[in-house]
Amino acid sequence: MTTSDLALLKERFETLTQRESSDHVALNCASSQLIELCTALRDDFGYDMLVDVTAIDWDAQSPRFTGIYHFLSTTKHEYLRVAADCTDDINPALPSLTSLYASANWHERETYDLMGIRYQGHPDLTRILMWDAYPYHPLRKDFPLAGIEVPLPADDVAEVTGMSVRPAPMVGGPFVSSADGPMSQTEPRARDESWNEKKIKPCGK
Amino acid sequence: MQNTTIAYDSKVEGEVIVTQADAVINWIRKHSVWPMPMGLACCAIELMASGGARFDISRFGMEVMRFSPRQADCMIVAGTVTYKMAEVVRRIYDQMAEPKWVVAMGACASTGGMYRSYATLQGVDQIIPVDVYISGCPPRPEALLDAMIKLQDKIGTERSVTNLFPEKADSTEAAGATK
Repeated sequence: MTTSDLALLKERFETLTQRESSDHVALNCASSQLIELCTALRDDFGYDMLVDVTAIDWDAQSPRFTGIYHFLSTTKHEYLRVAADCTDDINPALPSLTSLYASANWHERETYDLMGIRYQGHPDLTRILMWDAYPYHPLRKDFPLAGIEVPLPADDVAEVTGMSVRPAPMVGGPFVSSADGPMSQTEPRARDESWNEKKIKPCGK
Repeated sequence: MQNTTIAYDSKVEGEVIVTQADAVINWIRKHSVWPMPMGLACCAIELMASGGARFDISRFGMEVMRFSPRQADCMIVAGTVTYKMAEVVRRIYDQMAEPKWVVAMGACASTGGMYRSYATLQGVDQIIPVDVYISGCPPRPEALLDAMIKLQDKIGTERSVTNLFPEKADSTEAAGATK
């Protein structure tokens, strides 16, 4: 995005600020102006492809959730990142971009499924990866990687097998780095999420 | 075919074969295993390779892969079973006719493998009884063939009536209790 384009955008949208980024141009936008901004990006600035929709959980901070959008201009071959904070920390919501970009449909369903952000105006905001009755949003910071015990999606299968969705044993599991020190210096090793008489159950209290 | 439980001497017995029902039934069963490929991840690629010309699973009489559970008697669970998919795996297993066997192919199907997470079933044996486990991530076709031959050996030692009438089976029989 050229500096003149950026200045034009900032003039049109007063809530727009530049966001710190190590790669592409990134912008912060208020969620109230998101639809308006994306319409302008698509129609006037050539960002005709929505590549990705995701979100960040900032844990204890407020605003807790930030929606992230990656746009690509197929004519200028440039990416643009737009971030919009959710004003509500308990029931985070953002306007849906499905009316502007068809690709937003499934991306927003995934973000809703895993992060619990409700996209207002989405035609079918249902879970896409976990099953419909699943009660949690697993990529939130307060959700343990091992999982929380819930019933299996099918009652009859749960009855026959006596199974439920159980927290996975984490000891010895791969791809989990120690929380201490920078990740590049710590050996990937799982945190102990097992429990016994002395150590309390870390999840599903 | 080496089978000491079948003895036949045409000079003495003419057209009569004396044997045990178990021996004959098991002999028939183990040489016509019809696998049901439950391909869920990359293990399924190795499973397909086993069916191809290079490894040629038909050498052992189990090349008739059937994608309908009603026409198959050995489910090969090849890949990661998520909790969402567990229901489907169990239902397909329920739809297979007795007698039926299950092979857990690879680390994921056996134990959840590297997927220690909220979404993955930690071993398919938690929802269906497994006869043979295969290690590897993914196992090579040779490992699958070895497991299928082990399964044949196991079929050969079963009491065939146990599988024919599971509800009447002797409750002390371990296989009958789990099936």
